[in-house]
Amino acid sequence: MLQEKVVFQKPHALHDTTTHYCPGCIHGIVHRLVAEVIDELDVRDRTIGIAPVGCSVLAYNYIDVDFAEAAHGRATAMATGLKRVQPGHVVFTYQGDGDLAAIGTNELIHAATRGEQFTTIFINNAIYGMTGGQMAPTTLPGQVTSSTPYGRDVHQAGYPVRVCELISTLTGTAYAVRRTATNPKEIRRLKKAITTAFKVQMAGMGYSLVEVISNCPTNWGMTPIESLKWIEASLIPYYPLGDYKVIEGVSRL
Amino acid sequence: MSTVLMKGNEAIGEAAIRAGCKAYFGYPITPQTEVLEYMSKRMPKLGRVFVQAESELGAINMVYGAACAGERVMTSTSSPGFSLMQETVSYIACSMVPAVLVNITRGGPGLGNIQPAQSDYFQMTKGGGHGDYRAITLAPATIQEVVDHVVLAFELADKYRQLVMVMADGMIGQMMEPVELPEMAEPQRPDLSWALTGAKDRPKNVVTSLFLGAANLEKINLQLQELYKEIEANEVRYEEYMLEDADIVIVAYGTAGRIVQTAVKHAREMGIKAGLFRPVTVYPFPYAQLNEVASRAKQVMVVEMSAGQMLEDVRLATRDAKPIRFFGKLGGVVPLPEDVLQEIKAVANQAAT
Repeated sequence: MLQEKVVFQKPHALHDTTTHYCPGCIHGIVHRLVAEVIDELDVRDRTIGIAPVGCSVLAYNYIDVDFAEAAHGRATAMATGLKRVQPGHVVFTYQGDGDLAAIGTNELIHAATRGEQFTTIFINNAIYGMTGGQMAPTTLPGQVTSSTPYGRDVHQAGYPVRVCELISTLTGTAYAVRRTATNPKEIRRLKKAITTAFKVQMAGMGYSLVEVISNCPTNWGMTPIESLKWIEASLIPYYPLGDYKVIEGVSRL
Repeated sequence: MSTVLMKGNEAIGEAAIRAGCKAYFGYPITPQTEVLEYMSKRMPKLGRVFVQAESELGAINMVYGAACAGERVMTSTSSPGFSLMQETVSYIACSMVPAVLVNITRGGPGLGNIQPAQSDYFQMTKGGGHGDYRAITLAPATIQEVVDHVVLAFELADKYRQLVMVMADGMIGQMMEPVELPEMAEPQRPDLSWALTGAKDRPKNVVTSLFLGAANLEKINLQLQELYKEIEANEVRYEEYMLEDADIVIVAYGTAGRIVQTAVKHAREMGIKAGLFRPVTVYPFPYAQLNEVASRAKQVMVVEMSAGQMLEDVRLATRDAKPIRFFGKLGGVVPLPEDVLQEIKAVANQAAT
């Protein structure tokens, strides 16, 4: 008799629904990876996610765990409160470059320096997606956005901020890495990073952050394929992939 | 029950602990910093959560996070810090999670000063944040009251799944009085099945204040309005002092209420029939009760350490049926009973002519 063996399926922690994200947006990939990690670590019933203000404000409709919706930039402070009162739980924030690198940077820095035991998934696409394509703190010099119509002028708007590098200088940060999702190899490396980050908090080792260089085809004015090429050609040189902080013991997790 | 001499700010901390506060998040700001320091000493010894946040923004959002887990949680601040917290106060009100916030009010606006004032009344009772919300606000006048109110605040927060606030001015925060503290209690909690405790054996919970779609948000708002009606019907609190035969009804709360009480005593000794109506909840405001009391009097006085904020609620309550005289001190100046007595005498003379 023929026996069917499941070799691939939608993760249980991912709702069986369509998302509102634009065609080709990397949010879809990252949501799936987070759900796979939750399944594989078997932590669904003690995981709490915190959604930001940004395109992923409705992340709680896609990932099947308890979720809170934070004020803009404050997810890391909410995560602090949630995790401190429930230290056995797995808490993650999922934030974009406005939420984390603009309005929420103070809360980010202080959660990291306190060594809070939660994970931040940081989606860096060098633009504000949800509000229609304005400059982000991570927008590149010369990049055209709806609020830098002549290209980002560093004399007027300053320079982009590199979050992994910044956070890696803080002693409370246990794990800060930068990845992307432009091809299968990178997607596998990204998944491993998310898994490691969750394990870091489960081992009580400190704050973990996974920065994902991501795309915004709609506001960059590109096709999805062009946007992936633009990540490789323009964003990765400015935001090099790599491990910026990995404390002693993480490799043994 | 134990009686002990305590500073207001420390009594607030101890009252919260006895009421079962599991987590405190705060930031130093005069004149309430002693709450933070007291909690930093006591909470870790009890195995409870204490975090000195990076700012009041951090503190109130940590409160929001911990409140989502259904724990009894508190923050304390003073006026400029309270301003910083408004956005998240609005989120907490909409999301319907219980939490307690203590505002030790000081002179404003702006950086102001660190002296006691009552100029956050509008901000606290009319919704200092955006949107159609209210928060129960208790206004103690003594250290004993602030202890009782902190305990009550946690109970009301649980009862209605709302943020409940305690407004005490810097005088109450700083002064020392004997208090009877309640016993340490493991509180009776209500149904917490909505809380973000991890989706074990149940579908996931979402705590949010985002309701895209006007019909959805209207529904939420109408639910909140129903809740506020219930609160207004059931949670009004006030105190009456020498009002049975009063010609002059003086309305004052908190420290101003206490000062007026002394002035009323002196006025009575001089044969002036004055009395004090002291709101204890400033939201929900005792409109009906004040209306009734004022209807039996000849004149109304309002005394506040502000330019006249509760004054508007007094006018609403009395429908301007009686002449209202306002006496206010601004900028952190605290009136003396003699000052108030002068005003009472002037009002009494005015009535006589």
